[in-house]
Amino acid sequence: MTRSVESLNSSIIDVLKEIGNIGAGNAATSLAKMLNKKVDMEVPQVKILEFSDVPKLIGGEESLVTGVYFNLEGDLTGSFLFLLDEASALGLLNLMMPMEFKEFDEMSNSALMEVGNILSGAYISSLATLTNLNISISVPSISYDMAGAILSVPAIQFGMVSDQVLIVENEFFDDDKDDMISGYFLLVPDLESYDVLLKSLGI
Amino acid sequence: MGEIIKVGMADFKVTQLPNRLTTLGLGSCVGICLYDKKEKNIGMAHIMLPSSKDIRNNKNKYKFADTCLSLMINELKKMGSKPRNLRAKIAGGAKMFKFSSKNDSMNVGQRNAEAVRDLLKQLNIRIVADDCGGTFGRTITFDSENGDLKVKTIGHGTEII
Repeated sequence: MTRSVESLNSSIIDVLKEIGNIGAGNAATSLAKMLNKKVDMEVPQVKILEFSDVPKLIGGEESLVTGVYFNLEGDLTGSFLFLLDEASALGLLNLMMPMEFKEFDEMSNSALMEVGNILSGAYISSLATLTNLNISISVPSISYDMAGAILSVPAIQFGMVSDQVLIVENEFFDDDKDDMISGYFLLVPDLESYDVLLKSLGI
Repeated sequence: MGEIIKVGMADFKVTQLPNRLTTLGLGSCVGICLYDKKEKNIGMAHIMLPSSKDIRNNKNKYKFADTCLSLMINELKKMGSKPRNLRAKIAGGAKMFKFSSKNDSMNVGQRNAEAVRDLLKQLNIRIVADDCGGTFGRTITFDSENGDLKVKTIGHGTEII
């Protein structure tokens, strides 16, 4: 039997929320290490949305976002997307780099790809530990474009399984500045990986 | 000037003079625009996947190029359009993320565009403008007045096809 996102009952959502929480916690710790600063975070918001409603969450289909995209490999296959709105991407760059960033170029892209890599790696490794599954992530690929266009990629992959998508919203902020950085993690397991994921969690 | 009607992901809309249709932030999805010059009827579909036949979860007919297109043509017929008077303009089908992997799901944009071209050919609907591919998103606006399709991008300009 294959299960879709629609059939996720509230206890499964709680488990996924907890994974989101732990994953994001690990990601925040990695971010703090990298920046050598204290990083706090809000309790992650786990939402199940119609895929057409996802762009609204980050300011509409035409708002500019940075997406860092990975393929998941191992026991669980699928893809993983880390999303930042424009202000958060610039905020993160300015925390990392000594100079002020005003627009995106090759250097900022590679810096964001690296942050995406570290945060997503931390997130996925906590998922792997919790589920006792062997999961790794591919090299990242980055895109800076309209939210609708970037989100079409996971939406299409989700579209083969379901009309809804599971999204984890994380808000990080650092101590001395009041920069709020909103990052979104989208975990998109392949159809056959749903059962693997849920089974490994004892559901 | 008429109103601008928004077409969401996995949806289609039809309208007539003086209205326009738009879809925002097309990525790997394809926007199929049909225009009947005689009746000034237009339709726009925002499809996500090439075919309803490949996938078990196919209840949502608006997601797939084949089922969505035939629903849209039916609506245009109801508005008095004859299929032979329809012309098509298509846009989208981008590859948003570059991957060297063989995983063909990363190339769904290209597959979508090809499926749409094949379908239109089977239906004898001529494609008069085709702006598919690339690595960037598009916002498209379709005008019932003259069948102009405005394609707006981030960093790749705006043009009318």
